[in-house]
This record gives sequence, C-alpha cells and structure tokens, in this order.
Amino acid sequence: MNVSFAAQLNSVLAALILLTAFGLLAQRRIYGLLHIFALQGFFLSVSTAVVGYSAGLHHLYISALLTLTLKVIVLPYILYVLIHRLRIHKEVEEVVNIPTTMLIGIALVIYSYHLTAPIRELSDFITRSTLAVALATVMLGLLMMIIRKKAVTQIIGFLALENGLFFAATSATYGMPLVVELGVALDILIAAFIFGIFFFQIRTTFDTLDLKAMEKLKEEE
Amino acid sequence: MLTQSPLELAIAAILILLATAAIAPVLSRRQNLLISFSFITSAVASLIAVFAGYAAVTGGGVESLVLPIGLPDLPFYLRFDPLSGFFVTIVALLGFMVSIYSIGYVKAFVGHRSVTRLVVFYCLFMAGMLLVLLSDDAYFFMVSWELMAVSSYFLVCFEDDQAQNRRAAFLYLLIAHIGAVLILLSFGLMAGFAKGFENFSGYTFSAMRDSHIPEGWAAVAFFMAFFGFAAKAGVVPLHAWLPEAHPVAPSNVSALMSGVMLKTAVYGIIRVGFDLLHSSDWRWGGVVLIFGLVSAVMGILYALLQNDLKRLLAYSSVENIGIILVCVGLAMIFKSFGMGLLASLALMAGLYHCLNHAMFKGLLFMGAGAVLHATHERNMEGMGGLVHKLKWTAPLFLVGCLSISGLPPFNGFVSEWLTFQSFLLSPALPSPLLNLLIPLGAALVALTGALAARCFIKVYGVTFLGHWRGEHDTVVHEAPWPMRIGMLLAAASCLALGIFPTFVIGWLDIIPETLLAAKISTSASASGWLWLTPVAAERASYSAPIIFIGILVIFATVYLVFHSRTTSVRRAPLWDCGFGKITNRMQYNSTSFSMPTRRIYGFLFNIKETVKYGSNQYLPMLNNRILYHLRVRDRLWQMCYQPFSDASFWLARRVGKLQHGRIQIYLLYSFLTLIVLLVFS
Repeated sequence: MNVSFAAQLNSVLAALILLTAFGLLAQRRIYGLLHIFALQGFFLSVSTAVVGYSAGLHHLYISALLTLTLKVIVLPYILYVLIHRLRIHKEVEEVVNIPTTMLIGIALVIYSYHLTAPIRELSDFITRSTLAVALATVMLGLLMMIIRKKAVTQIIGFLALENGLFFAATSATYGMPLVVELGVALDILIAAFIFGIFFFQIRTTFDTLDLKAMEKLKEEE
Repeated sequence: MLTQSPLELAIAAILILLATAAIAPVLSRRQNLLISFSFITSAVASLIAVFAGYAAVTGGGVESLVLPIGLPDLPFYLRFDPLSGFFVTIVALLGFMVSIYSIGYVKAFVGHRSVTRLVVFYCLFMAGMLLVLLSDDAYFFMVSWELMAVSSYFLVCFEDDQAQNRRAAFLYLLIAHIGAVLILLSFGLMAGFAKGFENFSGYTFSAMRDSHIPEGWAAVAFFMAFFGFAAKAGVVPLHAWLPEAHPVAPSNVSALMSGVMLKTAVYGIIRVGFDLLHSSDWRWGGVVLIFGLVSAVMGILYALLQNDLKRLLAYSSVENIGIILVCVGLAMIFKSFGMGLLASLALMAGLYHCLNHAMFKGLLFMGAGAVLHATHERNMEGMGGLVHKLKWTAPLFLVGCLSISGLPPFNGFVSEWLTFQSFLLSPALPSPLLNLLIPLGAALVALTGALAARCFIKVYGVTFLGHWRGEHDTVVHEAPWPMRIGMLLAAASCLALGIFPTFVIGWLDIIPETLLAAKISTSASASGWLWLTPVAAERASYSAPIIFIGILVIFATVYLVFHSRTTSVRRAPLWDCGFGKITNRMQYNSTSFSMPTRRIYGFLFNIKETVKYGSNQYLPMLNNRILYHLRVRDRLWQMCYQPFSDASFWLARRVGKLQHGRIQIYLLYSFLTLIVLLVFS
C-alpha cells in the first residue's frame, strides 16, 4: 500500500465520517442514531489505523484499538442500556426541521473548507485535506447539540463532537501523544457514566428528559 | 518599656490587638470572660499606642522599618513620623476609652447573641486603623485600608438578623470600595510617574515623595485620592452610607467609626495633599474648601431634621468632617501662595478639630449608647426626662453637647476659633477672587456653628429634659461602671483640650513644621501658656484657663446665692396658665423643634408632610384626632445615587435575559462565539 493510496483511502474514510455526521443530523430514530454513531466510530478507528500505517507511527494502532473498543462497542452499549432502561422509544424531536438543519450543515462544511484552506497549503502531511472534514464534524456535533431537545441526543452530539476533535488530531498532527489519548479515552468513558447517572436524576426530578423542563431552574424575575 | 522606640511600641500594640483577635474564638464559650479579657487587652494595647503616638510627635523624628513579609520583592514599608504619630494618638486615645466603655456595653448582648464576632472584628478594626497610619507604601496601605473597611463592615452588620442592617452594611461596603478603587488608581498614577509604569518599584511612598509629576497629572492623582478618601470620610455627596451605617452598628463601634475611622480618611488627604504631592495649586485647596463647606452646612441641616439620636450624630459627623476639610482646604490655599504661617495655622485648626471631634463625638456616641442601653429606644420622640434617671450619663452627655456646639471652655470652641482666625486672616491673600469668596465661606462656617448649637440644644432638650414622651414608663437604669468610666475619660479630655490649648499646639507644631516648613507655636504662645495668640497678641487672643475660672466663679456664686437659704429654691408643679391638666404630649418634641429650620431650608430636602383629621365616631363634635406624618428624604440620594442604582438594575435585567435556562441557547452562544472568533482569527 503506497502513500498516495493511503491518502486516497483516508479521504474516502473522511468522506464517510462526514456522511455519518450528516446522518446523525438527519436521523429521527434514537436507535438509528446509535447505529450511525457506532459506524462513525468505526470509520474513525479505521482511518486512524490507516494513518498509523502510512506514517509509520505505531502508537496510532493503540489509538485505533481504543477507539474501536470505546466508541464502537462500549459507549453505544452503555447508551443502548440507558435508553432501554429509561424506556425512550419516541422519535427524536428537534427544534429546527431537518431540511433546514441540513442546509445549515452544508454551509458549515463549506465554511470549514474555507477556514482550513491556508493550513492545507502549508502542511505536507498526507492527511492535510481531511482537516476541513474534522472541523466540519466538530461543528456538526455542536449543531446537533443545539437543535435536539432530548438529553440523550445531546450526549450523542457531544460524543460526535469528540470524534471530530480526535479526527482533527490525527489528521493535523498524526495524533496526540499516547498518554493524552489514553486520558481522553478514559474521560469519555467516565463522562458516559456520569451522563447516565444524571439522566436518572433529571428524570426523577422533572419526570421527563426533555431539556425544556430545565428552564424553570432559572431565577424568577 | 520607655527604652523602646515609638515605632516598636506601636507595632507591639498592633500585635497585641491581632493576638487578641486570634485568641478570642477560643474563649467563645465563656462570653463574659471573653468580653472582659479582650477589651482589657485592647485597652492596654491602645494605651501603649497612645504613648507611641505621643512620643513620635514629641520626638519629631522619622522612624522607618521594612518588614520582610508581603509578596516577593514587595516588602511592607513602615514609617512613623509626627503626622502618623498624631493620628495614632487620636485613634488610640479614643480606642482606649471605647475599649473600657465596651466592657460594660457589650455585656448587654450576652444571652441574646454571640459576641465573639464583635470582639474579633473590633480588634482587627483597631489594628487596621493603626496599620493604615503606619504604612509607607501603597501596597501595604491598601491592605490595611481593606482590613479596616472589611472588619468595620462586619461590625456594622453585627446584628444581621434585620434586613435594614444588612442593607446599610452593604451600602457602606459598596461606597468604601468605590473609594478604595479611586485611591488605588491615584497611587498607581503616582507610582507610575515615580519609577515608570513598567515596574512596581515606585510603590513606596518615599519614591512618590521624590518624584516630579507633571502639573496636570498631579491634579488628577490628587483629586482621585481626594474623592476616594472623601467616600470614606462621608463628604457630601458621598455621605450616603454614613447615616445608614452608624445607627445600626453597636454604639461602641459607631463611636470608633465616627470618631476615628473618618479621621484616617482625613489623614489620607493630608498625606497625599501635603506630603506625597508637593505641587501646589490654589484651585486644589479651593475644591477641598468648597466640598468642606457643602458638607458642613448640609450635614448639620440634615442632622437638625433627624429624630433618631444616632442618625443625628452621624449627620453631625458629616458636618465636622466638613469643618476639618475647610481648614485643610484653607491650608492648601495659603500654602500655594507661599504663606507658610497662615497655612500652618489653618492646618493646625484642622488637626486640632480632628482630635476634638474624636473626643466629643466619641463621648456623644458613647452617651447615645448609654441611653440606648437604658431605654432600648433610638427615637428621640420617645424619650425625655432622662436627666433625672441617668445621673451620670446626663451631665457627661451635656459636656459632649457643649463641646460640639463650640462653647468655651470646652475643646470645640478652640478649634472653631482657630478656624475663624485663619478665615479672618485670608484678606492677606493676593488674589481678589479669593478675597471675595472666602468671607462667604467664613459666613457659612459661622452658620454651621449656630445650627450645630441649635441641633444639640434639641438633642439634649428632647432627650434629657422635659417628661418621658414614650407610651409607657419603661424601667430606665443607669449605665454600668465601665461605660461611665469611658465617658468620663472622654469628657475629661474634652475639658482638658479646651483649657490648655497652648500645650496642645506646642506639641502639635512639629507637623506643620515638617509639612509646610512653618510653625505657629512661637507666635501662639508668645504671651505665655495662659494666652493663646495664633498670630499676634494685638490681633486676637484667647485665654481658656481664665475663661474657665470665670465660668466656675459665676457658677459658684449663683449656686451659693440660691442655696444659702433653704427657701430660695422651691419645687412646685408647673404653672399651667389655668388650662388644667398638662400632659407629657404638650411638650416641645424633636419634630416641632426643628420646624422653623424645615420651613426655611426645606427646599434642600425632599419633604412630605401629611395631616389627616380623624374624628371619633361616637362623639363627632369632640375629640378630633389629628394624625401628622412627616417624611424627610435626602434629595441627593435621588440625584446622585438613584440613577446609578436604577441603571445597574436595568442593565442586570437586560443581561439576565440572556439567561434562559435552556441548554440549547447556551450552546448556541458558544457556537456563535466560536464562529465569530474563527471569522476574525
């Protein structure tokens, strides 16, 4: 596998990650969201491994493995259990309708490409073209957190945002030092547990997981 | 002990106070022991500090010390010169009296609430005031200043279960901090011009003294410092906290706050105006003079309209600070024209008035505390006839009233007389404008003196004379011995300062000598210690001892004439003009006494008077009830404070609208911020 093939493969994977990010925006069913999220994690893991192989950085294999375990298996499983226990079967509700969201998303992607154009010209990494995708994934994750109403979907948005960051790290600098990545991976896991606990707390307090109910927490005028 | 230098003594006193504050919580289980122990130690510490201050002024030297504490490379500088020494003497002297007084006064709280907090912050407050006076760099000064401000905040809200007290304390803290920011900016400016704005080495006062600041920037620095200190001193229009905070604080604390804490602000103005900045422009003095005059007149007018005893005394502090500032302003004007002798006379009058005001205002607040202690009543309308019940407090309070009204032979007269002397010498100024305007100031000070006398006639007459005005006869008991001793000491010093002014002036003369290079003691005591002749004997002279002896002789003669025969004094019911029964509601009260003032000067206030007629429904022809309601408000509050408070609430509500409680909106804020930052990156 030569370098130009690796770069092409990486571009394809980047495109797939971007596609899954749009998929997360468009998906109405909550289990569907989980599947797409797992898929995104899988593409991310493969992409990391490819970068690791082509750049000859073997610690990236460990990152890839971590991503595979955490983001494809463990986290979706935890969320699955959570959704099951909390009996959330409804369709996902959003603030803005889906076509509009997609249009905003496209604008964000174009904007990301515009932003990263100067970096692409300076960098000589094989992954340089994917930085725009990484940034777009971060923004789409944030957009998802903004437009969704339910707490669970917010978490998926947050995790997708983290995927984008991770992808940015591998594409821009061939990954962070291993220690940092291990730390981040552990943080994500712990965050998932904390979210789980909070969901139960939120539901017992407000009888719903709709974040609208939390509006009454603010100070009375 | 006498082998120690004044600075060492002062530091020892401060350490004792700090140690007492540290030990006090240990004793909090045994409140009575705690009170006796801590107030006795703070009295001892104050006494040591009195000696230190006295010795520093008498010695006239400058002592300095660098403490290796504070931040790295920013040690604390201490300096003890005659000016600090004089103010340390004031603080410690009143602190000594009030500490003794507190042994009796604070015991009244035992059983109602824990006094540990009061004791701890009392000691910290005293230590803070002394440290302010000793510090010789901007950093240590601000630390001490804040120690003083914050500990007094906790003292003001000691009885924090009432919303009114918390509100007053908050207002105090707010204005104190606005002042502190101004002072800090002023120091920053001076330090910057001393050693450059890039480093901190200009933060010592000695560096500021040696620097040469351009004229315009010096004025900016001076006025920032002046308004900063004015906020602490309660100069109109920054006085709003004073009438709120003083009445709600425990009386021993109000005595200290009014008597000496305000003086630390005067110290700051003198330190910055005469010592750190030696640029001289008569307009600076003019502004100080105008603010002083406005404070004096407005303060006493406000005081006259009050019915709450401690509130009235608080407004009277505004007036006295005004008089002190008038003297300081005059001294600055004289100094700028190079008239050293007159400048030192005016400065001397101001300093003397600082000392006097500490004594008589301390005495009056202690007396008010004794009245409060006896009657549990702050409103004068509910008092009366206390002269028969409070055999000790009544005459001592009378001494305070006479002193503050400026009547010989007490101390208030001396300093006001010196003030007038410096006014009367102002025609020597070479500026025609000032020659026209300064006599107007003298007239206003004279008006203030007359109104002050009227105000304290009201205070004494309504509180102590006549009959009890309250609804029921409450049990009134005289103050315990420690309180009497505290008041007695203050009254004795009022008299002593009034009778022996030449000694005091001779002692104090080193201060104008170091600050203005001119002294008045040679001319002031030119005719011996008996006669005080500020400038020259043929111009004006005052002999307090002779006047005192004269007054004593007159009193003795009158007493002998009336008491030589048993029949010459006869106690009988008051003649009621044939009207019938006189009730205690038919006396002059506080509101009616101040009615003429209210009519004449009413335009300065926001007064609302309502009269309602209510008739008895069974006997409509008879017994018409008249309800009179009076509300006096500070017009300045609406002009200077209301707009700011409204604006900040309006702004807070607008900003509060950003807060929806919806996570999505918050995320949107971050998202938009991110986008905007990326666009402009």
